[in-house]
Amino acid sequence: MSAAALAHAPAAGCTEAPVLRERGQREVFCGLTGIIWLHRKIQDAFFLVVGSRTCAHLMQSAAGVMIFAEPRFATAIMEERDLAGMTDANEELDRVVAQLLARRPDIRLLFLVGSCPSEVIKLDLSRAAQRLNATHAPGVRVLNYSGSGIETTFTQGEDACLAALVPEMRADPAPSLLVVGALAEVVEDQMRRQFEALGIGPVAFLPPRRAADLPGIGPGTRFLLAQPFLAETARLLEEHGARRLAAPFPLGAEGTTAWLRAAAEAWDVPAARFREVTAIGEQRARTAIARHRALLAGRRITFFPDSQLEIPLARFLARELDMQPVEIGTPYLHRQHLAEELALLPTGATLSEGGDVDSQLDRCRAARPDLVVCGLGLANPLEAEGFTTKWSIELVFTPIQGYDQAGDLAALFARPLDRRMRLMV
Amino acid sequence: MQLAIWTYEGPPHIGAMRVATAMQGLHYVLHAPQGDTYADLLFTMIERRGARPPVTYTTFQARDLGGDTAELFKSAASDAFRRFQPQAMIVGASCTAELIQDDPGGLARALGLPIPVIPLELPSYQKKENWGAAETFYRLVRGLCAPPAPRPAGRAPSCNILGPTALGFRHRDDLREITSLLERMGITINVTAPLGATPADLTRLGEADFNVVLYPETAGPAAAWLARAHAQPATKTIPIGLNATREFIAEVAALAGIDPAPILAAESSRSAWYSRSVDSNYLTGKRVFVFGDATHALAAARVATEELGFTLVGLGSYAREQARELRDAAKAHGIEATISDDYLAVEASIQAAQPELILGTQMERHTAKRLGIPCAVISAPVHVQDYPARYSPQMGFEGANVLFDTWVHPLMMGLEEHLLGMFREDFEFQADAAPSHLGAAAATATPTLPATLTWTAEAERELGKIPFFVRGKARRNTERYATERSIGTITLEALYDAKAHFSR
Repeated sequence: MSAAALAHAPAAGCTEAPVLRERGQREVFCGLTGIIWLHRKIQDAFFLVVGSRTCAHLMQSAAGVMIFAEPRFATAIMEERDLAGMTDANEELDRVVAQLLARRPDIRLLFLVGSCPSEVIKLDLSRAAQRLNATHAPGVRVLNYSGSGIETTFTQGEDACLAALVPEMRADPAPSLLVVGALAEVVEDQMRRQFEALGIGPVAFLPPRRAADLPGIGPGTRFLLAQPFLAETARLLEEHGARRLAAPFPLGAEGTTAWLRAAAEAWDVPAARFREVTAIGEQRARTAIARHRALLAGRRITFFPDSQLEIPLARFLARELDMQPVEIGTPYLHRQHLAEELALLPTGATLSEGGDVDSQLDRCRAARPDLVVCGLGLANPLEAEGFTTKWSIELVFTPIQGYDQAGDLAALFARPLDRRMRLMV
Repeated sequence: MQLAIWTYEGPPHIGAMRVATAMQGLHYVLHAPQGDTYADLLFTMIERRGARPPVTYTTFQARDLGGDTAELFKSAASDAFRRFQPQAMIVGASCTAELIQDDPGGLARALGLPIPVIPLELPSYQKKENWGAAETFYRLVRGLCAPPAPRPAGRAPSCNILGPTALGFRHRDDLREITSLLERMGITINVTAPLGATPADLTRLGEADFNVVLYPETAGPAAAWLARAHAQPATKTIPIGLNATREFIAEVAALAGIDPAPILAAESSRSAWYSRSVDSNYLTGKRVFVFGDATHALAAARVATEELGFTLVGLGSYAREQARELRDAAKAHGIEATISDDYLAVEASIQAAQPELILGTQMERHTAKRLGIPCAVISAPVHVQDYPARYSPQMGFEGANVLFDTWVHPLMMGLEEHLLGMFREDFEFQADAAPSHLGAAAATATPTLPATLTWTAEAERELGKIPFFVRGKARRNTERYATERSIGTITLEALYDAKAHFSR
């Protein structure tokens, strides 16, 4: 973050703001749900959840509305015999994997994904992955990570998946920029063009679109997080010598400029050149955003915890659309990765981490915000109570990063308000 | 371990949730890890309910496992009682909580709450969703139903309607259709449960003369217990389809001691005439594969063959409990039933049977897409589009109308089918294109069968002239014919010999 950008921020921001921490029911997804978008991103990967019928049911309830000719995820459902030790769980897993790979010879990368039941009975999936690698090499690489609810919340599943890819990256000491976090293909392509125009490169993305295109890593690698939920991935990248470029996240005109600037500064791009490259995009973003200001400015907004995107989104909505955050709930607050965001966030909102859904609902009902960002378990019930809601999962499934998506991002929040005004039923 | 690409049923605690969410004034405290609240979406999104399910989850995390998860359960249960003030509570564990063995029943008892608290033992690694719903409903009925009282003589016959739950396939409209049918017969509805009932309503179940069981999957055990403890007989016929509805009316009339003749004479369904009208002629002998829960699969097999004139080439269910009935029904059509909860096994059966229409669940829609076969949904599991806004029962006279429209829709319409058989090179109405009344939506990938036999180019071309929806069957028949006669290369003659041999 440059000094210039910080000068526009309110003096304190929320860097020192207290964070409300409660204990109670958490109405969030587990990390397995990351598979829903990761399987589309890495096109030759397959995700095999090792878990119970509940895990399988979660996956198909979330994804099953799409009709698949060949889905790229499945569940190895543990049965009574596996728990009673009557069958060797490892032999069973080997059998299931062989059955799966015989059906899908096009798979190059197989993730064994841990779940609550497999973690509780301490089934060692990392050993299983090693063993299966020996059997199925060189055609298929087998990795593992945990997407269990006891360890991961929603988008943390992507963090765990990418962290599993880091040790697979070949050593490459040459200077390069790595953009970390699954992004829509259109967003990736735009970013690639912007970095090229700035003379920054070579640029690589994690995760790649195909397993074979995994980028290299080494002391020359600088990385930008494109998503705020990548704590473990960032830690491992740093362990391999890469260095994180601190920046706010590329949401909105301001966020995107600051994010690009972090890379530009690391590559010593002259300020004039930077302005020249980013000015048009930034202006385009501001124009697109402005169309939604009339509907959103002055509106009060509350976020229920879901994806860790809540703080960057609140920053964007507050600073670029003049919305007023009332409460910003996040499942997990990574102070270091969000330092630049917190500094930009206007004071006045309640920050809460984790939390208790019933008491947060009480606060929400008392505050009566104009817009509530929440999961699908709460959205319709809150609508029925007369609240306008924006279901939060969509923010993970929609291209929202970068200049040319800034207007779309604002539109996601404007649409439910627009709809409420249009409907006369 | 079982490799599951799709699963036909959820875990048993989802069944318990379906009962709790169907009812009013009942709360469910579920010991479960963070993330299991995804189940709320089934009710708020798929069924589009405007209220949160009456379920409190403990949502424990890894860091709680080192501490006192039992204490976590107790505080969740007492908080839920304070906040929601239910008439009764059910308590239980999800699959992960079952592994840590905290005994929710015992813990809840220790709290001494001033309401009935019913513990649920739902073995997650053995049993599934429907079993969980049936067990929960049975435990509730057994735990709450008052001792039998004498039924006053001389009043109108009265019944309970048992089985409809939250997240049931068309339960909302089936219930409306059957309730109104029973009322037209002059029968009083005592209690409908679980859907819409309170724990207080369940105490009054014994006051009815008999029970109408709409869904044996969820109400079977409760109805059997009521028959033993309260001497209430229960209906056996499921009123799906015109003939079954008529039998159901006769059965109910016998239990109620009334004459079924007036209502049987007065009411019918348009589906009977639609099916007799000449436009439906081309439906005769269409090869249909039926799969679903046992109730809907058996009913659909009967409607398909008796009321639409289809040929049954496959029948199956994921419900092992009703395997015998399904096997008997299949045998009557000279086929073997597919009893499996393994999606891949069902897919293999469908591929082997080469049907022209699949009547199945949401899962069969995946298979149908892969194989390029028309498909209609007849049973849970289903997704959001099968909780429609419009009135769409499966049961009763209106249900029969709905079935006719729904099942015929995916098939290619008669004229188009004829023209495709005659002219194969049209740029728009191509041989492999989807039926044009469905738009461009359904792609039809012809499944590739293992190339064990060689086809001459001429024979292969001729095979391509057979309409695509029977082409798979023709290829299979020809190859079978060739294999049985040790014909190595299939020529044009072999193709037509096989056609004459099987002469469909």
